[in-house]
Amino acid sequence: MLEALEGSAAIARAVARCRPGVVAAYPITPQTHIVENISKLVADGKLQTELVSVESEFSAASVALGASAAGSRAYTASSSQGILLMTEVLFNISGMRLPVVLTCANRAIGAPINIWNDHSDSMAVRDCGWIQLHCADNQEAIDTSIQAFRIAEATELPVMVCMDGFILTHTLEPLEIPDQDVVDRYLPPFRFDRMLDPKNPLSLGTLVGPEYFSETRHLAHQALMAATSTIVDTDREWQTLTGRSAGGLLTVEGPENAKIGVLAMGSVVSTFREALDTLKTRKKAKLINLRAFRPLPDQALREACAGLSDLVVVDRALSPGFGGILGGEIKAALSGMAKMPRIHNVAIGLGGRDVPLEMWPRLLDVPTEDGGFRILDLEPAKLGEVP
Amino acid sequence: MIEVRIHGRGGQGNVVAAYLLATAAFETGQHCQAFPSFGAERRGAPVTAYVRIAAQPIRRRCQVANPAFLLVQDAGLLHIPSTLEGLKPGGGILVNSPHSSTELTEEYGRPMVAVPATALAQDILGRPVPNVALLSAFLALTGMMPASALVKALAHRFKGDVLERNTRLIEAATTQVIAGAWQEVAHA
Repeated sequence: MLEALEGSAAIARAVARCRPGVVAAYPITPQTHIVENISKLVADGKLQTELVSVESEFSAASVALGASAAGSRAYTASSSQGILLMTEVLFNISGMRLPVVLTCANRAIGAPINIWNDHSDSMAVRDCGWIQLHCADNQEAIDTSIQAFRIAEATELPVMVCMDGFILTHTLEPLEIPDQDVVDRYLPPFRFDRMLDPKNPLSLGTLVGPEYFSETRHLAHQALMAATSTIVDTDREWQTLTGRSAGGLLTVEGPENAKIGVLAMGSVVSTFREALDTLKTRKKAKLINLRAFRPLPDQALREACAGLSDLVVVDRALSPGFGGILGGEIKAALSGMAKMPRIHNVAIGLGGRDVPLEMWPRLLDVPTEDGGFRILDLEPAKLGEVP
Repeated sequence: MIEVRIHGRGGQGNVVAAYLLATAAFETGQHCQAFPSFGAERRGAPVTAYVRIAAQPIRRRCQVANPAFLLVQDAGLLHIPSTLEGLKPGGGILVNSPHSSTELTEEYGRPMVAVPATALAQDILGRPVPNVALLSAFLALTGMMPASALVKALAHRFKGDVLERNTRLIEAATTQVIAGAWQEVAHA
């Protein structure tokens, strides 16, 4: 049944349906409403969980780590500087192979202070060993949040659900929260074989010297790479159950014979979906929505880009001194393809800059313009006025 | 698709107004989308919120640059040029103001409809929050949906005495404007 819900409230309800044993979080805009709504569900007696109010994001992640190690289904959420403060713990969670789920309400990172949306935060923890899934709209975010627990517990890898701050978290729209019995059928109770238990002692996160460290890293990489099939399977099963896919590893839309492709992640995809269907453009183009950023699905990307002459990769963050992060990754993933498309990389929508429908035809012109990474919606006249 | 932009100051219930309008549309079987564009989050700072209402699911997530209607909760914001920017030709401007529509229209040189929303809210709710009265007047002007849809939207948030007072406020605000005056704009 559809309800008119704010994205954050919907995520709280979806997480509650997953019956988390422990929720720990520290408020930060634009994540705050998610945890606020969870704590309201707890206060109203609609969710039985151990809700832990902590004094920092470092502690929030630490509580989730400890809870997960002790065999609880653990959840946390954060944004921006909060994700940065969690960073050390995020590496520990993945290193210990703990199936924590975290919602990242994507937001820029300061300085200068900026509370608005881009992907700088989740990109900054790109290498922390977590699965990262991006959501194009709030329904995908709801469905991905539920799938995240299944994926995490099947792979014993933590999952970060990335949803655009404000643009998704603060948008009210008709959304469907799956019924409890549907979620219960999809997500069985969490049973953790490696649970910390005095009757069956084991150590987590111990010292590993040079004689085994490479092997642990190899296994971590293998586990992430193998998670691609779990991501596909869990989404397929969800689709069978609910009739909705949350996008698997990636989706491709648009005319079969298009030579230009645009690849993006997150809520701009939703805007581009409308543009693709309704705007008359001189050039035909495919829209590739990359849902799985980690693991980066090389094979699926190559299949999606087969037949393209040009691919415009849209970044919502950048690595100063390098360029677009997603752009660099896609170049690496496609290199060695028999007919690799020319790759053009732009960043747009940094720190909350609006991405209008008209951005779509602009992106389609990028292949004919001078190459090299650039911020496409830069307003050069303002450069002299930057505060 | 109808696009509406709401301008107000932090603390005036701008985002709630957007959510209520979208929820009211949802209650009448339409698709809707509402979201804020915050400045620095503090009371008194200008806040913009957007509403889209359509027969089909809404996929665009950009800001509303060319609204058919502007709801202005604080008349002081009319002095900021960006408040009126992008309004569609023939679009409607509804302003919370103790002055008359004629006075506002003369002062700003373009047609505006005034509703004393703060005063109405102060009288009936005992709180100077203009959003519900402004929304009620807006629904009456456009005929987009019945006032009962707004009551239903409010019922998701309030009950008992607060809901009853808000329902009375809706009735009072409806009579402040010419019903259907903006009907053609809404159907354009």
